[in-house]
Amino acid sequence: MYRYNDFDTAFLAERNAQFRAQVERRIDGSLTEDEFKPLRLMNGLYLQLHAYMLRVAIPYGTLNSAQMRQLALLAEKWDKGYGHFTTRQNIQYNWPRLRDVPDMLDALGEVGLHAIQTSGNTIRNVTADHYAGATAEEIADPRPVAELLRQWSTDHPEFQFLGRKFKIAVTGAEHDRAVTRAHDIGLRMLRRNGEAGFEVIVGGGLGRTPMIGKVIKDFLPKADLLPYLEAILSVYNLLGRRDNKYKARIKIMVHEHGIEDIRARVEAQFAERRAAFTGVDQDLLAELEAAFAPPDFRSAPVDAFQTAYDGDPVFRSWADTNLDTHKADGYAIVSISLKAHGETPGDATAEQMRVMADLAEQYGHDELRISHEQNVILPHVHKSDLPALHATLKAHRLATANIGLISDIIACPGMDYCALATARSIPIAQEIATRFDELKLEHDVGPLKIKISGCINACGHHHVGHIGILGLDRAGVENYQVTLGGDGTENATIGERAGPGFSADEIVPAVERLVLAYLDLRHSRDETFLETYRRLGAEPFKAALYPEAHANAA
Amino acid sequence: MPRPFTPKVVTANHLLEGDVIYQTAGNDWSRDLAEAEVLRDEAQAKMRLTFAEQQAAMVVGAYLADIKVGARGPEPVHFREDFRRTGPSNYFHGKQADETLPRT
Repeated sequence: MYRYNDFDTAFLAERNAQFRAQVERRIDGSLTEDEFKPLRLMNGLYLQLHAYMLRVAIPYGTLNSAQMRQLALLAEKWDKGYGHFTTRQNIQYNWPRLRDVPDMLDALGEVGLHAIQTSGNTIRNVTADHYAGATAEEIADPRPVAELLRQWSTDHPEFQFLGRKFKIAVTGAEHDRAVTRAHDIGLRMLRRNGEAGFEVIVGGGLGRTPMIGKVIKDFLPKADLLPYLEAILSVYNLLGRRDNKYKARIKIMVHEHGIEDIRARVEAQFAERRAAFTGVDQDLLAELEAAFAPPDFRSAPVDAFQTAYDGDPVFRSWADTNLDTHKADGYAIVSISLKAHGETPGDATAEQMRVMADLAEQYGHDELRISHEQNVILPHVHKSDLPALHATLKAHRLATANIGLISDIIACPGMDYCALATARSIPIAQEIATRFDELKLEHDVGPLKIKISGCINACGHHHVGHIGILGLDRAGVENYQVTLGGDGTENATIGERAGPGFSADEIVPAVERLVLAYLDLRHSRDETFLETYRRLGAEPFKAALYPEAHANAA
Repeated sequence: MPRPFTPKVVTANHLLEGDVIYQTAGNDWSRDLAEAEVLRDEAQAKMRLTFAEQQAAMVVGAYLADIKVGARGPEPVHFREDFRRTGPSNYFHGKQADETLPRT
């Protein structure tokens, strides 16, 4: 893992001191709210429905145990004992007081964490595949590149006042777990004729106008990355619209001008900028690659795993659902579900954070990951340690065996917290998970991604949910629209709106009808919901959602 | 024809605590919607909002929220205002857990 050097530490301390002074000047009246707001947003501080909210970046989703313990400390000391992990690999604290925020930032700085550029019209936290460095199917670990981008984009003077926020995701694997096609820039690491490089995707995004990103460069040599990204951002900075907030993202610029036009402009900028990059960035990247060298994996028998797997059905169910294949023999990637049935998706208590930190330290080479699906991953666990690890997880309500299943729901905070929301998301997620737990159906249903957003901005990624749910305000009443067939992977697809929305009371039964219809329609247990949807199209699913309309038409 | 003016209160978030507050008739702020000043006249509402906005050292984001007058005084019309005066639905946090506030 990357550890802050003296420069990073000093930079962060100075930045935090600046923000402390800005908070003081706001409180003593020297700064108006209009002056203060962009400053607090640059440092991750929002004002939400009931309180301030501090959004802390977890760069490329990677934490060590000391950092996770510090997140627990913040939750306990300055919040209400919990934190909320988000779909952009951040953690949000929902109840800080303004005066405490500078102390919170200093505490984060002690362990090499910050909240810089987690809001505002800048380059946001760079996200990455949460299986980075652990999965066998990746070309290379994307995190050195993500860390390079973090350092390059932090306080980059040219890109502090973009037309709108700007999100970058990186993956080194063929299977896209980082939703690269729904980011302003998506980077897929490639090898061509032995040379390392990137496929560069631009103009993806969800929100009001969902778009799948387009390939602007099918192979960018590794050393050209920063000048090429600067070229894209400089084109966007000048050409992107500033007349209308809702048309200000780069996806609109790409859509309005066309990818060929944008590519030509970027290439022209790139030609001007390339010479300024003399190789210092590549030296730094080489250092970062060394910092992210894999841990020393050990060789040991896995008999203890097999014994538990054969003898303990609860462990077996968890192992079947929450483990994934690791590149090292005898190891597994462990997903810890933050989706216990009926709980708030993505929330962890301070105690749970400490338990996960301890487990990472004891069994996981001191590494944790946060996934955009709002779960925690221990990327490197030897299988012989899994029975003991599972027993500890179970004792702390962290052993829910539901990764990738219907109750592993992404949900934004919605109107329970968010000032932008038009309806609640969390209670809908809680009710769906509770209902399918009662039905004891989710393991039979198999892989199914439900994603819920409480407004059109789509933090809950509803457009790329197999079943997407969007909460809206219809004449002063919460109303939930359903989209079907979305996919956030390498086969990225925007879901199709099914029809009229449902009331809060109707939405859970509607989802249940959809899922029961799928069970009737699938060829076999091996055909997933999404595969069945792609084979049959929307009609039979719409018939299940709207039985009365279907009966009238028939 | 202009729509008739519906009753409103001035509400905002507290600068230091960040929590929801309501302007009272006594030129003060309360954390209890029931104590808010009910504004029944458009000109008066604008004036009271301007007065609130001038208190930048105390409040953030003041605006006029629709209410209806019930047995205990002003009550929210829209569900967003109901959540603001109560707290989140997933945890017993916020105003609903504040023992200094009367139960609604």
